[in-house]
Amino acid sequence: MPDEPQSRNERSEESELQESAPPSEKSPETQCASDNQGTKAGTEPRTDEKPHIEVRDEIPRPRFGPAGEEIRDVTPGDRRRINRRELLELAPIALLGAFAIPKFQQPLLNTGLHVSDWTAAKLFGPRRLEPTYSNSEVASFDKFPYNFYDVVDPGVDLASWTLTVEGLVKRPGNYTLQQIQALPKVTQNTRHVCVEGWDVVGNFGGVRGSDFLRWVGADLTARFLEVECADEYYESIDMETMLHPQTIFCYEMYGRPLDRGHGAPLGLRMPTKLGYKQAKYLTTVRVTNVLKPGMKGYWEDQGYDWYGGL
Amino acid sequence: MATTANVLEAPKPQTITVSYEHPFVVRLAHWLNAIALLVMITSGLRIFRAFPSFGPKIPQQNFWIPPPGITLGGWLAGAIQWHFTFMWIFVGSGVMYLVYQIVSGHWRQVLFMPCDIPGVWPMVRHYFLFGKKPPVVAAYNPLQKLAYTSTVFFGTVSFLSGLVMYKPVQFWWLTLLLGGFRLARVWHFMAMCGFVAFIPGHLIMVALHGWNNFYSMITGWKRDPEYIE
Repeated sequence: MPDEPQSRNERSEESELQESAPPSEKSPETQCASDNQGTKAGTEPRTDEKPHIEVRDEIPRPRFGPAGEEIRDVTPGDRRRINRRELLELAPIALLGAFAIPKFQQPLLNTGLHVSDWTAAKLFGPRRLEPTYSNSEVASFDKFPYNFYDVVDPGVDLASWTLTVEGLVKRPGNYTLQQIQALPKVTQNTRHVCVEGWDVVGNFGGVRGSDFLRWVGADLTARFLEVECADEYYESIDMETMLHPQTIFCYEMYGRPLDRGHGAPLGLRMPTKLGYKQAKYLTTVRVTNVLKPGMKGYWEDQGYDWYGGL
Repeated sequence: MATTANVLEAPKPQTITVSYEHPFVVRLAHWLNAIALLVMITSGLRIFRAFPSFGPKIPQQNFWIPPPGITLGGWLAGAIQWHFTFMWIFVGSGVMYLVYQIVSGHWRQVLFMPCDIPGVWPMVRHYFLFGKKPPVVAAYNPLQKLAYTSTVFFGTVSFLSGLVMYKPVQFWWLTLLLGGFRLARVWHFMAMCGFVAFIPGHLIMVALHGWNNFYSMITGWKRDPEYIE
């Protein structure tokens, strides 16, 4: 049905055009020839005739531009108005210029970092495991870098060392390494990823964060764990990550007690966090709902993102 | 047909022929993306400076240390702040562009297809070796299609490899797909190289085609478009 009236229209248009065409001898013929070229292939185009200026004009110019909008003939004033309106629509882009203003730059970048951290926390799967690696994929001990911000060995007295547990816990106090090692031990080959961009697979042993926190009667609905270190380093971790099955308080590397350079006697090892979150030489852990401003973490307080998740 | 006749008969008024070349969404995406890309490349190079290698940490073999003058952020943390802020604008404008192209159907004008391959070399010959200009048969010539399609490819690669570097554990399946964390850094760097190769060519073409063409990417309307005459 819809085809019929359309073709009838076309036909009537054609005949109308032929009727209204100027009574010149050659024009209508050329018109038909050019029409036929489009519809009926095989009709010989008449190349012997030089096209008139009228014929050139009758070649229909495209009605629409590449964006599908009609090509228009406008007055210079209309063109200025159109251009001004279109330019104004793009004006919001100028807001990005705020990043170039010193007063706004840092607050804006902090906001960007917070949005990214917020998204990272949403993406975090509490039960999603980092793939573990076979022993052949583990880097040899001497290829596992010592990372420290100040000294590789803060001179912890290992004999008298205890871990202070405070905050929202039922059994606060000082715990010895022997007590911690009496808890179930896990050993895993996991990847250490540094914020600088390098990574290394190592072998780590220790007690699950969740096991330890339950053992000291921590409030597992609290939001954070704050940690302090013998080298004045400090960190804070979200509780979700602390309860992740692969998060451990690490006291062993490559089957040997943690050496001083790697954080003896106890460090954090979280395969779902960047390297700077893996605090070493732990002295105090504190379960809390509020982080002290300016005490979120040694590097975080200088501009690195707090979540640091992988 | 009737309109053609009318135009012929009417006395020529003082008018300018204008054609809408770039819709609002495309222009918005283009300029947001241009700014974001500049920030992503310069801050990314600063981040790369922290470990300018694709191998292990021990022993570290530096690949290339970007000179500080072409970097943004001042130090690693500063560069990360820029990178993690503008990644939203970069990806957002990219997604905006792609959604528009798909919904409007205009992707047919710019997507490089196998049938475009034979047309690439004549365009290269025309631009770089002063060859004859091939006839204009479509809104974008095959070389343009190749260039624009490749930027979408570089953008997609940089997004996916960036996701792997950002959250290798949460997107462990993507990490696996891209060949691991270290290879993701290689893809990310190569996508950046792709953009760096595209930008000068793009800018030279813009300069060669003059103000009128450039202006159409700002207001959308091009005066006296070349396909009218």
